Amino acid sequence: MIVAEQKPLEEIKGLLGDAPRVLVVGCGTCVTVCFAGGEKEAGILGSLLRMSAKLDGGPKDVTEATVQRQCEWEYLDTIRDRVAEADVVLSLGCGVGVQALAERYPNAVVVPGLNTAFMGLPIEQGVWVERCAACGNCLLGLTGGICPIARCSKQLLNGPCGGSSNGKCEVGPEIDCAWQLIYDKLKAQGRLHLLMDINPPKDWRTSRDGGPRKIVREDLRLVKEGN
Amino acid sequence: MKLQTSNSKLQTANFQFQNKACDGPLEFEIGSLELNIVAFCCHYCAYAAADLAGSLRIQYPASVKVVKIPCTGDLDVSSVLEAFEYGADGVMVAGCLEGDCHYQLGNFNAKRRVNYVKTMLRQIRFEPDRVRMFNMSSAMGRKWAEAVTEMDETVRRLGPSRLREKETKETKETRELVQEAI
Ligand code: SF4
Ligand code: SF4
Ligand code: FES
Repeated sequence: MIVAEQKPLEEIKGLLGDAPRVLVVGCGTCVTVCFAGGEKEAGILGSLLRMSAKLDGGPKDVTEATVQRQCEWEYLDTIRDRVAEADVVLSLGCGVGVQALAERYPNAVVVPGLNTAFMGLPIEQGVWVERCAACGNCLLGLTGGICPIARCSKQLLNGPCGGSSNGKCEVGPEIDCAWQLIYDKLKAQGRLHLLMDINPPKDWRTSRDGGPRKIVREDLRLVKEGN
Repeated sequence: MKLQTSNSKLQTANFQFQNKACDGPLEFEIGSLELNIVAFCCHYCAYAAADLAGSLRIQYPASVKVVKIPCTGDLDVSSVLEAFEYGADGVMVAGCLEGDCHYQLGNFNAKRRVNYVKTMLRQIRFEPDRVRMFNMSSAMGRKWAEAVTEMDETVRRLGPSRLREKETKETKETRELVQEAI
């Protein structure tokens, strides 16, 4: 899932400025399960903003609405009237949700309430870790299901580096060395031979180096009239 | 600034009322002058302790309003904020003694949530002391009364919440009538 966390309240208040009417829009998918921008968090933030307005000034008319998924236009149609009434829309979706709202409602002023952090999972209640960096060409089949792009600090394809010590990465004592994990896993599975092949340099054009990415599935596209 | 001026007035009025109220057994709501403390009490200990205090006829401030929850581990931060947003002057979260929660660790989780609420209150520059966690067993009726008294004192010192609705014409008239009566 996409993992995000709320921006500091001061920063959010700065983004809202003097707008009298604010609509806080939560999202019912990833940011709900990482407790950053779901219905409950939208309610809490709304409540804090209203209280803060009473104490120190700021937008007084703060209401909330939560859509099931902010990153799909269809779901955003349910809040059309609410968006029209607001001076500023404070999105608690990930960066995709914020942009989906802004694209769907070109006249609305949409600002982010969250910092979108990474793609990852909760390893325990309240603790999330990064697992994938969306490199666009997955290598997990070669590395025992442990991602060297998201989890090795140097994104090495043929690790570990000389800084690996006692299973920890030289970048920080709390970071597991991804290549140690890969080695241990492949050893336990009797597949160490996978490490005998040298991985060639990665083609980063499928990642951030190739401009914005896009997937087109002709089999799924709907035939337009006249075609 | 304006808010603060009206606040200190309210506070003064509140103290005057309190002083007078001490003279007689007056027990009634007088709009914005009565302090409101919401106490989220776990069913097994704090609620039972409050019940016991009642049976033992132990006196404690009437400002407290008890809300029973199954365990403080079930406490929702949004409920605490809601209480403040709607004008509560203080919020108590009262659970079992540490190590004695009937759901094992609920009260430790609650403690973290209470601290989280405090950080949120600090962010909006609202006194974090208005929310506090207490622990007691079901046999501690007296401890309940002490806890409420302590909280009542803290809140009284801080004065009424700045988040309360301002006094309306009607509530002002009622208050003045009551004060005259005293
Ligand atoms: S190799 Fe690429 S796609 Fe696969 S998990 Fe790592 S970052 Fe994600
Ligand atoms: S110590 Fe391990 S995780 Fe850290 S940079 Fe080197 S190989 Fe990568
Ligand atoms: S049951 Fe009392 S705090 Fe959990």
